[in-house]
Amino acid sequence: MIGRLVAGLARLIAGGYVHWREPPSGNRPRVYFANHTSHLDFVLLWSYLPPDLRRRTRPVAARDYWERGPLRRYLSTHTFRALLIDRSGPDARAAVDRMAGGIAAGDSLILFPEGTRGSGDGIAPFKAGLYHLCAAQPGLELVPVSMENLNRVLPKGEFVPVPMVSRVIFGETLTLRDGEPKEEFLARAREAVEALREEQS
Amino acid sequence: MIDDRELLWLFGGVAVTLVLATAAGQALRLSVAGAGARDTIANVNARIGAWWLMSAAFVLASLTGGIGSVVLFALVSVLALREFVTLSPTSRADHRALAWAFFIVIPVQYVLVGVEWYGLFSIMIPVYAFLLLATRMVLAGETERFLERAATAQWGLMACVYCVSYAPALLLLDIDGYDASSGKLLLFLVIVVQASDVLQFVWGKLLGRRRIAPTISPNKTWEGFAGGIASATLLGTGLWWATPFNPWQAAAMSLLIGLAGFAGGLVMSAIKRDRGVKDYGGLLPGHGGVLDRIDSLLFAAPIFFHVTRFFF
Repeated sequence: MIGRLVAGLARLIAGGYVHWREPPSGNRPRVYFANHTSHLDFVLLWSYLPPDLRRRTRPVAARDYWERGPLRRYLSTHTFRALLIDRSGPDARAAVDRMAGGIAAGDSLILFPEGTRGSGDGIAPFKAGLYHLCAAQPGLELVPVSMENLNRVLPKGEFVPVPMVSRVIFGETLTLRDGEPKEEFLARAREAVEALREEQS
Repeated sequence: MIDDRELLWLFGGVAVTLVLATAAGQALRLSVAGAGARDTIANVNARIGAWWLMSAAFVLASLTGGIGSVVLFALVSVLALREFVTLSPTSRADHRALAWAFFIVIPVQYVLVGVEWYGLFSIMIPVYAFLLLATRMVLAGETERFLERAATAQWGLMACVYCVSYAPALLLLDIDGYDASSGKLLLFLVIVVQASDVLQFVWGKLLGRRRIAPTISPNKTWEGFAGGIASATLLGTGLWWATPFNPWQAAAMSLLIGLAGFAGGLVMSAIKRDRGVKDYGGLLPGHGGVLDRIDSLLFAAPIFFHVTRFFF
């Protein structure tokens, strides 16, 4: 109920054109990964998932942000069922373990491999977590997602959004190839998002 | 719920028109050959579908009385301004000012309509928002393209909020011997302005030869313009019984609405043409936005309001 309300609100404020290159499928857990410019990114991405997939999809989010204040804590635990990870700690291994645990439990994840929000001008290099997650869960399907204009709706450092029309494109599924080196894989995943962006403009 | 017989007749007329249009659209879909024609028909049928939705929203708003119309058009303003801002070359420094436009200016404007405060409603955006937004923008400290950014924001407010709010404001007109609060005058405006759009499209498709504004709207023709506005004027004249006008006055008003609506369509097209190609032109492939649907209403509503207020 609150989930539907939040999804509707997100689309009223930031919704617009959305396109799936492959029809959404919920047969097995997947990782949706996207470029990151705004706190609204995952809410909008999440709101575009069909409701039955949405219930089984957990955004991976920073604990320090989402545990601040009762509203955020309520939304992140009850509405989004966010998988909260520590950004500050040196313990990257633990974060990957938590994500792998989510996948093993049958849930899909929403992940922003840049690690932090950018200005919207370009996509930063991906952090290694995506690679380690795929190595821990062989055959895991990844869906690249390109999100455009969200940096104008709610840029870094702002609290009130300016409603605007956005563009979100879900690309074709990719997986970690056998023996693919870490750098090569991370660059390939990043280019998959970049390619969706370039086609748009 | 509605005890106004004339309002029921108007709703009934809209419903019958939509049923006929839907039937005609389906018949065309089954009979037409050729890819180009089929695309046109598919587009027309999609538009008819959208008309059903919009009419339903409108009837629902009317059932709740004045407050429903105010809320409906406030929502229309939010959606229209959202599209306008998307296409505008805003800067990061404008964020707060634009947030104020959405979350302060729009609610205040529609509350003023709701409480029937004509004196402030009619100047709030041209005077107070005009000065306030420029001040908020200058406080952000960014001078690059300042006039362009401030002017664009103000233009968006004028078109998407101020002009649109004149539509529900028709309910607060005080006319001798006529109950404007029933929403019939608003329905009259919307029927004539949208019929004029549709009829211009139809006449243009049937007879269109000479382009009227080739650099702005290549699909608009003199034949569509003349045929559409003439037939919408006839339609509006035929609806005089729902208005405070006699048939001649209804004809003059409908003509005025048609002409203003045509101007609105052209101006909003020019903005899209200027912006669209460069930035977010393909943002909504296959879809028109809210702004495309209401471009003619933007210009027709304030003019219809003030002419009616002056003469009646």
